[in-house]
Amino acid sequence: MWQERKADLVATMKLRRQSLAKGWYKYSRNPLSVLGLIVLVLIGTSAGLAPYITPYPAHAGAFTNFREAGQPPSWKHLFGTDRIGRDVFTRVIFGYRFSLLLGVVVLSLGVAPGVVLGLIAGYRRGTWVEIVIMRITDVFLAVPPLVLALAITAMLTPNLLNAMFAIALLWWPWYCRLVFAVASSLRNQFFVREAELCGASRAHILFREILPNCVAPILTKMTLDMGIVILLGASLSFVGLGAQPPTPCLGTMVADGAKRLPGEWWSTIFPALAIVLVILAFNLVGDGLRDVFAVEEV
Amino acid sequence: MAKFIGQRLAQSLFVLFGLSLLIFFIARVVPGDPARAALGFLATQDQVEKMRAEMHLDKPFVVQYYYWFTGLLRGDLGKSSYTHRPVTTDLGQFIPATLELILFATLISLTVGQVTGVLAGYFRNSWFDGLSRLISYLGIATPSFVVAILLIFVFSQLLRLAPSVGRLPIMVAPPPTVTGFMVLDALIAGRVEVALVALKHLLLPAVSLALIHIAQEGRITRTSIVENLDKDYITMHKVHGIRTSRLVFKYLLRPSIIPTVAVIGLDFAFLMSNAFLVELVFMWPGFARYAVTTMLNKDLNAMVAVVLVIGVTFAMVNLLVDILITFLDPTIRIQRRGG
Repeated sequence: MWQERKADLVATMKLRRQSLAKGWYKYSRNPLSVLGLIVLVLIGTSAGLAPYITPYPAHAGAFTNFREAGQPPSWKHLFGTDRIGRDVFTRVIFGYRFSLLLGVVVLSLGVAPGVVLGLIAGYRRGTWVEIVIMRITDVFLAVPPLVLALAITAMLTPNLLNAMFAIALLWWPWYCRLVFAVASSLRNQFFVREAELCGASRAHILFREILPNCVAPILTKMTLDMGIVILLGASLSFVGLGAQPPTPCLGTMVADGAKRLPGEWWSTIFPALAIVLVILAFNLVGDGLRDVFAVEEV
Repeated sequence: MAKFIGQRLAQSLFVLFGLSLLIFFIARVVPGDPARAALGFLATQDQVEKMRAEMHLDKPFVVQYYYWFTGLLRGDLGKSSYTHRPVTTDLGQFIPATLELILFATLISLTVGQVTGVLAGYFRNSWFDGLSRLISYLGIATPSFVVAILLIFVFSQLLRLAPSVGRLPIMVAPPPTVTGFMVLDALIAGRVEVALVALKHLLLPAVSLALIHIAQEGRITRTSIVENLDKDYITMHKVHGIRTSRLVFKYLLRPSIIPTVAVIGLDFAFLMSNAFLVELVFMWPGFARYAVTTMLNKDLNAMVAVVLVIGVTFAMVNLLVDILITFLDPTIRIQRRGG
């Protein structure tokens, strides 16, 4: 008996490894996706290790050195210095930290409720449960997320935490709708019917039978959404509703530097390009995943 | 068809009602004293109390909503505590400027997107296709406010080709308001040179808004062209010796119209929300800048109105798009008729 179980386990593991290798093969066929992944890994590690690898970690906070203010890019300051003498390169790397943190927190708060609600609505399609859930979803999707996020953060005290909270509050409907589409199409499949006939609990049907089929589109959407959430966070902080100074936030840096164009172009152009780079990388990886999972639309 | 429109209309109304509840809830429940915000920190406590009563802030949520909703039915959205004018007056003044911007941006994105899409699709895997793919990746990844700043930096500050602030130079007297569209108003007043200046002011903000949509529409058109390029009917037309331009515009472009129209609805929402940032950068005296300013000043009535206006526009555009697609796409038309 035990031997059998072990053999089973080994077989599944082997299968999993094979499918992983196959997925990677498919993914690596697209050089752009691989490039995106490399860029992401670079950004992620440098953001994670920011206090150890940046040339001037002290410049991430409230630091001033007016003797070195407004320096153009040089070997000493790769991206130049801002109006109060802080190293822009250091601040960009620290800015990535907050951008990535924002993305991860928003998605981990927003995805789970959306997925659960979508599963329930999809499985109970045609009942009042579905109507209530999906109409509430429609209300949240009735205006672009940036508008609602602005409204909510404007009412709260502007800081990073509230910005995260506001965006997370707006993010579940997208996943609810996505999972709803998959779940409602699977509801009448034989494996779901069979589980019902065997007397499986509702939780088992939702989470063990239907949910595994939603993983691919959810993962793909999450990767693409990281870019969008980071963009949204940058937009909020650009308006002044995100993290407050002296926290290094990419959007705030762009807004601050823009006042000093065209003279000190480096203090706004580099943070701006940094935003583009990270969003681009997430998009490329997301596209690659879409090809691997053969997800039609996310 | 009438039944379909009716259903969609009822659905939109329901969603908008829910949206008004949601935004009202956000505006009233969140901490902070809007009466205090409206009067400033110099006001006495008595004055603030009076203001609270005037704004119905001392009553329960449901009663507040009732007052607001009956006001809405009378066409009264309350007074802005920031500009001290009725919100409807403010909206009437600021919406045309944004509409002008958005319509111009849509025009740019549709034409440029279609042209690049056709070229990239027809000459697929050429250098042009590669270049347009690169630009579209960049276009989708670049926030509109970054595009705006880059455009100002290059075209306004370095090359001095286009202005970067407002709708008209301060020295030029604006034409009398007829449509609210600066370019049209100037033309109506017969001042062609003013219209040209206004158009020049429109250029950079519109392009910053349009870039992401140029990228998307270009991709959609390209995909559609590539899909149809190898179809038998195209080969047949080629064999018959039809001119290339006719082949492209009459036969290849047609199937791409439906997906293009379908995204216009979504595009419109994104244009609206991106206008929030682009108008700030260009100091465009429009609806979106008004929205951000009032939100930052905790101006409740204006904030609720702004979100609702966007919700209504979005719902209307989507409804229009759905109806248009039904007319354009014979398969959907037949499905709907068949039930």
